[in-house]
Amino acid sequence: MIRLPIKSRTFAMIAVIVPLLILFIYVALRSGPLAPVLVTVTTVENKAIAPAIFGIGTLEARYTYKIGPTVAGRVKQVNVNVGDFVHAGQLLGEMEPIDLDNRIIAQEATSKRAMASVLAAEAQTQDAAARRDFARIQAKRYEDLLLSRSVSAEAVDAKRQEYKVAESSLAASHANLEAARQELARTHADRGGLSQQRTNLRLITPVDGLVASRDIDPGTTVVAGQPVVVVIDPKSLWVNVRFEQLSASGLQAGLAAMIVLRSQKGYAIPGAVLRVEPLADAVTEEVLAKVVFDQLPVPLPPIGELVEVTVALAKQPPAPVIPNASLQRVDGQLGVWAIEDGELKFEPIRIGATDLDGNVQVIEGLKGGQKVVLYSQHALKASSRIKIVKQIPGVSASGSKP
Amino acid sequence: MISLAGRDIMHAWGKFVFTGVGLGLLIGVTLTMAGVYRGMVDDAKALLDNSGADLWVVQKDTLGPYAESSSLYDDTYRSLLSISGVARAANITYLTMQVQEGGRDVRAMVVGVVSGSPVQPGQPSYLISGRQITRGHYEAVADIASGFKLGQSIQIRRNHYTVVGLTRRMVSSGGDPMVFIPLKDAQEAQFLKDNDAIVQQRRRTAENPAFNRPNVPGLLDQVIASQSTNAFVNAVLVQIKPGFSAEEVAEPIRHWKRLQVYTRTQMQSILVGKLIATSAKQIAMFLVILAVVSAAIVAFIIYTLTMGKIREIAVLKLIGTKNRTIAGMIMQQALGLGVIGFVVGKVSATFWAPIFPKYVLLEPGDAIRGFFAVMLICVLASLLAIRAALKVDPAEAIGG
Repeated sequence: MIRLPIKSRTFAMIAVIVPLLILFIYVALRSGPLAPVLVTVTTVENKAIAPAIFGIGTLEARYTYKIGPTVAGRVKQVNVNVGDFVHAGQLLGEMEPIDLDNRIIAQEATSKRAMASVLAAEAQTQDAAARRDFARIQAKRYEDLLLSRSVSAEAVDAKRQEYKVAESSLAASHANLEAARQELARTHADRGGLSQQRTNLRLITPVDGLVASRDIDPGTTVVAGQPVVVVIDPKSLWVNVRFEQLSASGLQAGLAAMIVLRSQKGYAIPGAVLRVEPLADAVTEEVLAKVVFDQLPVPLPPIGELVEVTVALAKQPPAPVIPNASLQRVDGQLGVWAIEDGELKFEPIRIGATDLDGNVQVIEGLKGGQKVVLYSQHALKASSRIKIVKQIPGVSASGSKP
Repeated sequence: MISLAGRDIMHAWGKFVFTGVGLGLLIGVTLTMAGVYRGMVDDAKALLDNSGADLWVVQKDTLGPYAESSSLYDDTYRSLLSISGVARAANITYLTMQVQEGGRDVRAMVVGVVSGSPVQPGQPSYLISGRQITRGHYEAVADIASGFKLGQSIQIRRNHYTVVGLTRRMVSSGGDPMVFIPLKDAQEAQFLKDNDAIVQQRRRTAENPAFNRPNVPGLLDQVIASQSTNAFVNAVLVQIKPGFSAEEVAEPIRHWKRLQVYTRTQMQSILVGKLIATSAKQIAMFLVILAVVSAAIVAFIIYTLTMGKIREIAVLKLIGTKNRTIAGMIMQQALGLGVIGFVVGKVSATFWAPIFPKYVLLEPGDAIRGFFAVMLICVLASLLAIRAALKVDPAEAIGG
C-alpha cells in the first residue's frame, strides 16, 4: 500500500468520492421520474396545403369481349393465341358442327327434289292445258257438226263433258304446281336456317382487339355462353381504384391523378379520375373510382397489375398547419401540447384538411407562430418536466424525410 | 474530536474504496435484476397504454387479443359505435412475425391500425421522428428498437412498406418492437399465404368437382375469390365518453353483442397474471436468490474486513478505548461501505440498463428499498463483527 501523507490521502479520497456523488446525483435527476422528458418543438406555420388521397387498384380493360358459342357443343378449332391482335370480323375459332353439314346436304337434296317436283308440275300443267285446248276445239267442232245433223246430240254431250274434265284437270295441275313451288320455298328456307346455324358455330370477334385469354382448347365441350376466347380493347385500359372512405372526401371526376405501377415503383404516370362509382363497397368501406391514363404506357402493362394512385385535390387556402405527429388526444379531446413560456399546456383544436405528407390544417385553437411539441420521448402529461432538444436521442440524423 | 472510523478508512483508503466498488457492482447486478423484472411488467403495461383503449372488445370466451387469439368481423365496430357511452371504436390486428429489411429480419409485432383519420385508438400515441401514417396502404411507423430508419423500405409478407415515422417504447408483452401498418394491409398480411401456397390452393379448389362445375362458368373464380379475403380483425379498441364508467359501457356490449369485453384492470391482470406470469416468476425467483446471496456477501465482506483489523482493535482495547467507540467505528465503516456500494451500484445499473436488449426499468422505489436493505444488512453484519471485536482479548495485541 502506498503510504500517502494524510493530506494527500484525504485529497485522493475526495477525488474518488466527490465524482461518484456527482455522478449519483446526475443519475438520480436524469433517469426515472425526476428526469425531464425530451421533446422537440415545431412552430405552427401559416401555409397552404395541397391535400391528396391515396388508393390502390388494379389495371382493368374497360371493354372485355368474352366470345363463346350460343349452344353447348365441342370446340373444333381455335385459331388465335393469347397476345394476338385480331380485327373485327376475324374468325377466332369454330365449334364442331357434328351432323349439321350432312343435314345441309340433305336439305339441298330435298330442295332439288322440290325443284324437280315443280318442273314436273309445270309439265303436267302444260299437258293439262293442251288436253283442255284440244277438248274445247273438239267440243266446238261437234257442236258445229250437230247443226248440220251429222253427229248425234249424245256425241256432242260427250265431247262437252270431255272438255269440262280437261278444264278441271288443268285446275288440279295448277294447284299441284303451286304446292310444289311452296314446297320448294320451304326447303330453301330450311336450308337457309341450317346455314345460319352453321355460321353461328364460327366464333367471330366483333371488334379490333387483343386476345387476353384462350380458355378452351379444341376438343373441349363447352356449355352455352362459356367464353372460349377473351378479347379486350387495349385502348380502353383503366384503373379500378379503391379509396379508403375515411379519407376520400373531395374525390370527383376530372381530378388529376398519378398512377404508379407495382412493377415500376417510383415512376408515376399521369392520369385523371374518369368517374367516381355511384356504388361504394359497403363491406370493405371503400369508395371505388375509375382512373384513366392520359397516355397509355408502352408496352402495355398486364391487366390485373396492382397500381397505386394518388389523386391531388384542390389546394386549400393558407391556414395554420401542424404536422400530424404533434396531434394528441387527452381525456377524449383532440389537441396539441403547446409551449408557453417554457410550460406545457394542452390546447384543444379542431382540424381540417390533411395532406399525404402529414400536414394537418388547424381550423380552431392555434395561431401561426405558436410553438407546439412535435416529438416526445414519452407520452406527456400537463405536469411533465420537459427539455427541448433538436432531436430525440437514438434517432439517426441520416434518415431521409419521406 | 477526530473520527476513528475516518482515520481508519484513510489509513487503508484504497482497500476501502475498492471493496466498496466491488460491493457496488454486486448491488448493481441486484438492482438490474429488479429492473429486468419491472421492465417485463412495464412492457405489458406499455402495451395497454399505447393502445389508448378503455375497453377491449374481443371474440366471446377468449382472453384476446394479447393472451389468446381472437377474431371478430371487421364491421363489428359499427355496431359498437351505437352503444351509449362509446366515444370511439377502432379495429386492430396484432401479429407477431418476422419483418424483412434488406438482408436481415427483425422479430416484431405488426399492428394493423385504422389509418386516414388522425389520433384513433391503437395508433402510436407519440412519435420521436417522422410522421404518422397518412396513406391507407404501404406505410409503416416502427418502434426505434426495431432498428429501422426513416425512409427505409421494409417487407411484410410480399408487400413493401416505407417507414414514415419512428416511435419508442411501443412493444409487445414479450418486448418485441411494434411496427404499425394500415389495417387493410395488416388484415391481408395476417391472412396472406405465400404465393406458392395460394397457387396450390387454387389448384386444389379447381380439382374439386363441387366448385369447378362445367355447367356453371365463373363459379370457380368466385370460390377462389371468396377464399382469399379476410374480413376479420383481432379486437376492437373502444374509448369511452367522459362521464361513463368502463363497466357501464362494457356490460351492454357483453349482454347484447355477445362479445367478450375487458376493461383496463382486467386486461392488465390477464397480461401480468397470465401472459407473463411464468417468466416474471422466474425472474422474481432469481432476484430473490440474488438478493440473498448479495446480502450474505456484503455481510461476509464487512465481517472479514473487521476481522482483518482485529490486532488494531486489540491495541485500542489495550490503550483503554471505550467499547462504544470501537463499536461506532466498525458500524460507521460498515455503513460507509454500504453507501459507497449503493451509489456505485445505482450508477452502474443506470449506465448499463440501456444496453440490455429488453427494457430494464429502474424504479426509484426499488432503489430506495434497495438502499434501506443495504443499510440494514450492513448494520446486521457490523453487529456480528462488533460482537467478535468486543470479545477480543487485549492481550492479543502484544501476543502472536
